Amino acid sequence: MSKLASINEFVIKFANVNGSGSASANQMFAKGIFRSGIPVSPKNIFPSNIQGLPTWFEIRASEKGYLGRKAGIDFMVAMNPQSYIQDVAEINPGGYLLYDSSWKREFHREDINIIEVPLTSLCVDEFQNPKTRLLFKNLVYVGALSYLMSIKKDIFIELIEEQFKGKEKLIAPNVQALEMGFNYAKKYLVDACDIKVNQRNLTDGMILTNGNNAGGLGCVYGGATVCAWYPITPSTSLAESYKKYCDQFRVDEKTGKNKFAFVQAEDELASIGMAIGANWNGARAFTATSGPGISLMTEFVGLAYFAEIPVVIFNIQRGGPSTGMPTRTQQSDILSCAYASHGDTKHVMLIPSDPKECFEFAAESFDISDRLQTPVFVLSDLDIGMNDWTCPEFEWDDAREFDRGKVLSKDDLDKMESWGRYLDVDGDGIPFRTLPGTHPEKGAYFTRGSSHDEYARYVEDGEVNARNLSRILKKFEGADKFLPKPIFKQDINASSKGLIYFGSTEAAMQESLDQLSASGFPIDAMRIRSFPFSAEVWDFIDQHESVFLVEQNRDAQMKTLMLSEGNINPEKFISVLCFDGAPITADFISESIIEIMSDKDTSKTAEEII
Amino acid sequence: MTYIVKPINHHPNLEKNALGLTRRDYEGTISTLCAGCGHDSISAAVIEACYDLSLASDQIAKLSGIGCSSKSPSYFLNQAHGFNSVHGRMPSVATGANLGNQDLLYLGVSGDGDTAGIGIGQFMHAARRQLNITYIVENNGTYGLTKGQFSATNDQGSKSKYGEENVLAPIDLAAMAIQLGAGFVGRSFSGDKDQLVPLLKAAMKFKGFSLIDIISPCVTFNNHVGSTKSYDHIREHNESVSSLDFVPIGQEIKTSYKEGSKVDLPLHDGAILTLEKLSKKYNPLDKGLAVQSLNEAEKNGKVLTGLLYINPEIKDHAEILNIADTPLNQFSDKELCPGSNKLAKVNASLN
Repeated sequence: MSKLASINEFVIKFANVNGSGSASANQMFAKGIFRSGIPVSPKNIFPSNIQGLPTWFEIRASEKGYLGRKAGIDFMVAMNPQSYIQDVAEINPGGYLLYDSSWKREFHREDINIIEVPLTSLCVDEFQNPKTRLLFKNLVYVGALSYLMSIKKDIFIELIEEQFKGKEKLIAPNVQALEMGFNYAKKYLVDACDIKVNQRNLTDGMILTNGNNAGGLGCVYGGATVCAWYPITPSTSLAESYKKYCDQFRVDEKTGKNKFAFVQAEDELASIGMAIGANWNGARAFTATSGPGISLMTEFVGLAYFAEIPVVIFNIQRGGPSTGMPTRTQQSDILSCAYASHGDTKHVMLIPSDPKECFEFAAESFDISDRLQTPVFVLSDLDIGMNDWTCPEFEWDDAREFDRGKVLSKDDLDKMESWGRYLDVDGDGIPFRTLPGTHPEKGAYFTRGSSHDEYARYVEDGEVNARNLSRILKKFEGADKFLPKPIFKQDINASSKGLIYFGSTEAAMQESLDQLSASGFPIDAMRIRSFPFSAEVWDFIDQHESVFLVEQNRDAQMKTLMLSEGNINPEKFISVLCFDGAPITADFISESIIEIMSDKDTSKTAEEII
Repeated sequence: MTYIVKPINHHPNLEKNALGLTRRDYEGTISTLCAGCGHDSISAAVIEACYDLSLASDQIAKLSGIGCSSKSPSYFLNQAHGFNSVHGRMPSVATGANLGNQDLLYLGVSGDGDTAGIGIGQFMHAARRQLNITYIVENNGTYGLTKGQFSATNDQGSKSKYGEENVLAPIDLAAMAIQLGAGFVGRSFSGDKDQLVPLLKAAMKFKGFSLIDIISPCVTFNNHVGSTKSYDHIREHNESVSSLDFVPIGQEIKTSYKEGSKVDLPLHDGAILTLEKLSKKYNPLDKGLAVQSLNEAEKNGKVLTGLLYINPEIKDHAEILNIADTPLNQFSDKELCPGSNKLAKVNASLN
């Protein structure tokens, strides 16, 4: 039997039953690899259910830093008989299957290595409580893997101690379960596995966290004081992260009172209504939601756009349409956010690609929204939001000040002869706003979503309304200078073919570009990080004969957005679309591109096509 | 021209309040509602109440939804910021505004379509949260701005202007608010300024959710024979349960307490609400009795008005959430941003 052999490059997958406590053990295993100095990307593939259905956890470890999802499993830990058939079929030839051999099985695959560990029997012999037995099974396989893959056992013991800090009684039995698995493997499974982890220092200065945790933290750093939200997967944990960090950093030590408000609203309409109300008063506020919530919020988004009230909306995108695939990932709300609401509306979008950017863009979004007095969407997705990513540590410059935009103080108003809420004084389309309660006689106005003139007075004069709409557009057209610029993979463009991508596709991109280069198709790549698009984006498209647009949706929404916003020949774009709900893989991108390029002109060699 | 500015000149000897302001200083722009609209009387009552209480207009925020009622905040308190939001969603905007700055006085102005129809969910949750707001419903039983459709507060059997009979039972917003835990619930009639002004004053001084459901006839679409929300019908069927006298903080309380007739209720800031009960059976501190009385009145075709229910011990939303006394919109960058040292600790917890 051939055995797959590799060091620090592999994909391991855990097939579990949801509600069995496996996720925390699997996360611990991922962190064990991370603490061994190897970049990892764990991905939780879970059902929209609480208990009893199949759930998977994939971990890719890569010292090359290739952290996109990869199809084909090198090592499968199969803990769920319901999904054995599908799980076993996924294993690469020469790969490994570890299963609970308390009940022996035939798997009918001659080309894989089967590793038997009687997890249940071991736990039944050792632990009395039935629930404990179930939970500890997970740690027993972690212990066995620690031996099989040569990951230092001490790392896991340390992780257990950290996890149960404050509940010290639980440390000993957890360590015991870990040791049981380790010792069983040491005794019976010597040389059973040639996939190994060798200690490196590639994760120094890195953290392992998810985008929602980072986004909630970014809101605290960005000065948000009000979070109004409604539970919806996969955005819920962003709101909860905000609360968690506020509890740490925003409770007044003397009074015990909160320098924040956290409101679970009755629905998404109320969530955004509250966020808009707070921002109207000058308190930075946000809401977090996903596709269906965006649909519900759109009327309010139009109000904030037209009445020019800042508000930050996190959309952690999931599989649509309708209820869709609530626990799977997609980038399919590009258009519903860019043009959310009736009438002529366009919105600023920030598109982070990893947790670090989720932190940074969250904090920046409040400055941008205050500066432009308009809604700002932060478009993350389930893959970034809910999965842990290996990314650089968060950074903060203490000299940084919030940009609260054009807000008039009492003194400002005292010095002014006259003031119009929607008057374009500076020629940038951005008017000056006042906050309620600022001045006893000056600055009060009536905020409204109906047509209004420069002095916020209701008008039905078409010319005045058209003038106002044009001014708002001007504001939008100048917005890109406040937004994150695109990022290029190459220093200088070298190919006639370009590739545009965004968001969580980042994880797969470097690997894909390397694959394409190796196959003789080097491509220039640009990652979009915001909308409206800046000149750099249009220049990149201009500079290339054709441009691949990689998206995780069916309808090529980013392409539609670019075609409607720019003066581009549609023929120039070639879409690469992944919309099965699983994070896009490098193989999918590379194979799609190679196939398209080969199809285009089969008579030419790859070099000639490029 | 859809916006009409009022001339600011006025008689030099007009009476002034403690802030040195006249009633005219509390006015807004000229109303564009129909002549005789009940809503204009309510605007006048709001002006009167704010003048009497010597409130600073700039410390008031007026919020509304959509509809005739929701236009009316333009017609009072020019120096107060206003927010005409989206249909039925004023409560959430007011909730957010209140979280941003709980020091302002929030006046919510809505109608029966805006509150009992499209916005009933938000209304209920604002009451449940004990949002600190004076929530005025200008209730005329009809969708005036879209020309006379029945609203959800329209009584069963009441006839439209075109003779059509309403076949559905009405929603009683006051009874609903009491059941949802609102701390202050009153009902009044736009034509009864003597009752309405003290009720408004008390509501504005109450900390918590105070609803005043004001029957406000629509002269154009719902003021005919056969309508149960016409001026004539309400005058005939109005049954007041209490008469209010509002005594602001610092003034001597002159009312003498007499068993069964008068009750003094202290409000949060020390002001006193003196309540003269017009019915011996009625007790506005008794939630069950209040709901029961409303149900009975409805059965008998009567409209109970006055202060229907009050719970002076309620905590408002900001208190429930344990929000700092300093309004959230007044904290500095330094007070809000934890800084790089704390971020280093967060990083350490994630590697």
